[in-house]
Amino acid sequence: MENLGPTLTILLTLVRIVLVMTIALLSVPVMVWVERKVSGHIQNRHGPLYVGPIGTLQPFADALKLLLKEDITPANVDKTLYYLAPLMAFVPALMTFSVIPFGPWLKIADVNIGVVLILSVSSLGIYGLVMAGWSSNNKYALLGSLRSSAQMISYEIALGLSVIGVLMHSRSLSLVQIVQRQAETTWFVIPQFLGFVLFTVAAFAETNRLPFDLPEAEQELVAGYHVEYSSMKFAMFFMSEYVAMLSQACVLTVLFLGGWLPFPIIGPLVEGLLPAVVVEWVMPLFWFFLKVGGFMFFYVWVRWTFPRLRYDQLMALGWKVLLPLALFNVFLTGFIRLSL
Amino acid sequence: MQEELILGYLPILVFLIIVTCVGAGMIIASALIGRKNPNSEKISTYECGMVPIKDARQRFDVRFYLIAMLFILFDIEVVFLYPWAVLFDRFNPVIFGFIEMVLFIVILLFGYIYIWRKGVLSWS
Amino acid sequence: MGLQSFLFYYFAIVIIATAALTVSRRNPIHSVMFLVPCFIHTAGLFLLLGAEFLAAIQVLVYTGAIMVLYLFVVFLLDLPSFRIKKITHQQTPLAVLAGLVLVVQIIVLTVVAVFPRPAAEVKAPYFLGNTEAVGASLYTTFLFPFELASLVLLVAIFGAVVLARRERGEELP
Repeated sequence: MENLGPTLTILLTLVRIVLVMTIALLSVPVMVWVERKVSGHIQNRHGPLYVGPIGTLQPFADALKLLLKEDITPANVDKTLYYLAPLMAFVPALMTFSVIPFGPWLKIADVNIGVVLILSVSSLGIYGLVMAGWSSNNKYALLGSLRSSAQMISYEIALGLSVIGVLMHSRSLSLVQIVQRQAETTWFVIPQFLGFVLFTVAAFAETNRLPFDLPEAEQELVAGYHVEYSSMKFAMFFMSEYVAMLSQACVLTVLFLGGWLPFPIIGPLVEGLLPAVVVEWVMPLFWFFLKVGGFMFFYVWVRWTFPRLRYDQLMALGWKVLLPLALFNVFLTGFIRLSL
Repeated sequence: MQEELILGYLPILVFLIIVTCVGAGMIIASALIGRKNPNSEKISTYECGMVPIKDARQRFDVRFYLIAMLFILFDIEVVFLYPWAVLFDRFNPVIFGFIEMVLFIVILLFGYIYIWRKGVLSWS
Repeated sequence: MGLQSFLFYYFAIVIIATAALTVSRRNPIHSVMFLVPCFIHTAGLFLLLGAEFLAAIQVLVYTGAIMVLYLFVVFLLDLPSFRIKKITHQQTPLAVLAGLVLVVQIIVLTVVAVFPRPAAEVKAPYFLGNTEAVGASLYTTFLFPFELASLVLLVAIFGAVVLARRERGEELP
């Protein structure tokens, strides 16, 4: 594809950027709908039902409603930061998609340092929360944002350490090469099962999902750092959280579940029945989003299965359980790899 | 070679510009479209219906600072692990790389045990 | 003007502007928030030199970790503005001295750059770009400083705990 001439290359890159952007933003209403529907059925009710077929248009109606709501700027806020905070949460959340390969052809860029780039970009999301909490000049918001940021930085170490084992297998930080390496050997979830579990737990905590949703614990903190936000600015925090969930699911899929590779046994059977064009262009994306979708369902399932942790339990889990286990995983991986 | 490397990052830069524009557009759109009908009750700080007591920006617990400090130190440790993990089985002799990283982490484990025993990690 | 030099001037101008804003803001939170884009654009300069790993680490460590600590420290101290004014005035002689040292360094560097020694042929910095190159020299040639780094980190852990204990002790009546 490199020999197509500069104009066409630029055009193709732009098309890819727009496609990735669309996927990231459209995933939010899809995830919201799935979450409400699955939550409903887990609790033996229907979930959204009336707007559009089986309630599929409900999130769009919600988005429209939010857009038309009054955009309140409370008294005593730091205006500049109050307006910038949603942007500071939104941009890093979306930027993680710049290096995620959805398929062999659908990726914005493949850089040598992909894994570190994703971790560093997502570490910037913390400023959105902290600035939202501080600029609002609200006690709940400030406390919520501080809790949230302390939680995020605590689990970021476990997240970073759990990836090391994968890198020891892949010998590369490029996400494309990590998938290719899995094609040559096996999905890294098998040799790196402990790393996979640690990454999953840390990812839940990083995205403030239940059972780690203390920053937003309604009973104590009303709504958390964005309590003073309304209208579209509120919606942007909401979207950033869902986009961050999606990006964590994508990273997990790439690092541990073989990215766009087909499932063993079933994959070749299904692909044998399809024309070669479909297998080459469509099926990688299908497998990728099947895995991501499965993980999104898992997010909702966990939400209604585990009770919320107390804050001290949460910090203890991050520092006293995940961190030593992740270090142990590095040693274990090194030991096994060297003795084989 | 260097040109090629920079060109590889160009799509990311374009993506960044587009994402920022979309985000800023959303903030501006909501400021323009939404109704504007503020009154002093509506824009007062939310404190469960009570009149807000003092400024929200007050001193807070020193433990937040401590966690942030420890985060930096362990984050740097993780940073040292990335280049090592990529080439840990290509050292000569092979065991060499493993031993030096074990040494590195064991030294830091002393610090970890210290903060555990000092009760820094117990948040209550 | 090529793309590279355009990007260089963009990064350089933003770095200087945000750095100037950092030192001129009265509100310490605003100062910290101007330092964040300053560091991110510094990462851009590293990238222009082909040091991609260093650029990512710059963002991860400086903006993702150290600036968060700065924010927390400012929150923790929560100094009223009249006290900030007093403290900054006390620091004036020190700041002037540090500024002078910096100016001298810049002059020396400029002179060296304008009259380059012919022997000072540097290896292409691109070589540092990939992670393996960083690792290959860090874990062999610079093995001793690398192990020393872990000792420095260890001391820093002790220091952080001791400082926090003192702070907490002062708070008690």
